[in-house]
Amino acid sequence: MNKKLVFFALVTLGLLLYALIQSLYDAPHEETMGDIQRIFYYHVPSAFVAFAFFFANLLASLVYLKNRSPAADSFALATAEVGVVFCTIVLITGPLWAKPVWGIWWTWDARLTSTLLLWLIYVSYLILRRFSSGGQTPVLAAVLSVFGSVDVVFVYMSIRWFRTQHPQPVIGGGEGSGLNPAMGYALLANVVAFFAFSALLVWLRYRLERSRQQLDELHALAAERGSINAS
Amino acid sequence: MSSPEWKPIAKPSYAPVVVYPTFLQTLLSNLFKDLRLEWRSKDAINAMLFFALLVAVIFSFAFAPTPEEARQMVGGLVWVAVLFASIVALNQSWARELRNQALDAYRISRASPNALFLGKAIGNFIFVSALELVIAPLFIVFFNLRALGSTTALILVFVAGTWAIVINGTFFGAMSLRTRSRELMLPLLLFPISIPALVLMVNVTTAVLTGEGATRRPLDLLIVYDIVFTTVCLLLFETVLHAE
Repeated sequence: MNKKLVFFALVTLGLLLYALIQSLYDAPHEETMGDIQRIFYYHVPSAFVAFAFFFANLLASLVYLKNRSPAADSFALATAEVGVVFCTIVLITGPLWAKPVWGIWWTWDARLTSTLLLWLIYVSYLILRRFSSGGQTPVLAAVLSVFGSVDVVFVYMSIRWFRTQHPQPVIGGGEGSGLNPAMGYALLANVVAFFAFSALLVWLRYRLERSRQQLDELHALAAERGSINAS
Repeated sequence: MSSPEWKPIAKPSYAPVVVYPTFLQTLLSNLFKDLRLEWRSKDAINAMLFFALLVAVIFSFAFAPTPEEARQMVGGLVWVAVLFASIVALNQSWARELRNQALDAYRISRASPNALFLGKAIGNFIFVSALELVIAPLFIVFFNLRALGSTTALILVFVAGTWAIVINGTFFGAMSLRTRSRELMLPLLLFPISIPALVLMVNVTTAVLTGEGATRRPLDLLIVYDIVFTTVCLLLFETVLHAE
């Protein structure tokens, strides 16, 4: 077992526990929403992680298109998968919060719709990877990633014609915005913990994908030498 | 009578004189080949027309709207019908390149990949536009429509919207050709990417039909969408064509 990986996993576990205590016990009780507001500490960090990894996926795809390195492709796959998982968490925790607070599960507003479409684009990316075969997969996937990223810009711009109901950004927003410092601290702890956790997942997935690639290469080599019975 | 003795008139030149077709010539020959094939078989256009007709009929049964409601929803319905029906043409257009390894021959030739791509995209644009010319009257009859807004905006949105569907559709058609179960793959790739364009197209069409709402800004954004995605397609098509 890789020592660095074990160390990082233990650090992540510690961060997650600390962030859990911060968000469930130390963060103050919200006055109007009550305890439901605490889902915020999972919803927002998950969104940060998902968007960051989708962006990382674009970068890795561009690197792959440039130099066709298998490592870049493995990284693109790992970030896309983990990004979809965290985007799914965002899309599940959002309605859970919205039902008691807004009174509805879902509304077609700009931010919700953009996130949903982003999720759809990356699910189609994963489906493409599953359905294409052999050496074409990385190229086709990298091309689709570029298309998806260009599309996201248009998604955001075209959806502005819808009414926006999502809360305005609380951090760095206009006047009257801003968090209670204790809440801000709990959020920060969760953002750090979620980034560490998701980075751990990407690391593991990347290692797995690299091993699979190397195994494929060995199989191809062995088949070339005729040492595998084609039965 | 003796046969006249053959004499070379000039010193023969053995250097081959080869004139390669220009980009435009390659593009046009690709386009006309597609149009001729379609004219002879009429496979795609017939299937598309019948499919779109079925969608129109099923929608009018499923919703049974009053004229006022129809005005509000037909903008969406007509584009959904066009999007679904165009899948038929887009799948056909690349499937015929697989017969006799035509696509592989194209790949090893020195002809420009983008000439092939643009030729196909323009061909598909013509097919889908023909489809629209036939189903638009159908929707008008079935849903008792009358444009309350600007007709120019309506024509513009149909041209720009059709190009938005066709340019990405042709690209993803080439991409899904490289996957297992390729016919299934095209809508799965095309629909998520097309959603922003669809939002804009439906917005403009509904605004024209109801006579309420802005058409200028969504139309501008749709044209920008067309330009950007045409550029991206042209930049990346060679990569997809030669993916190994």
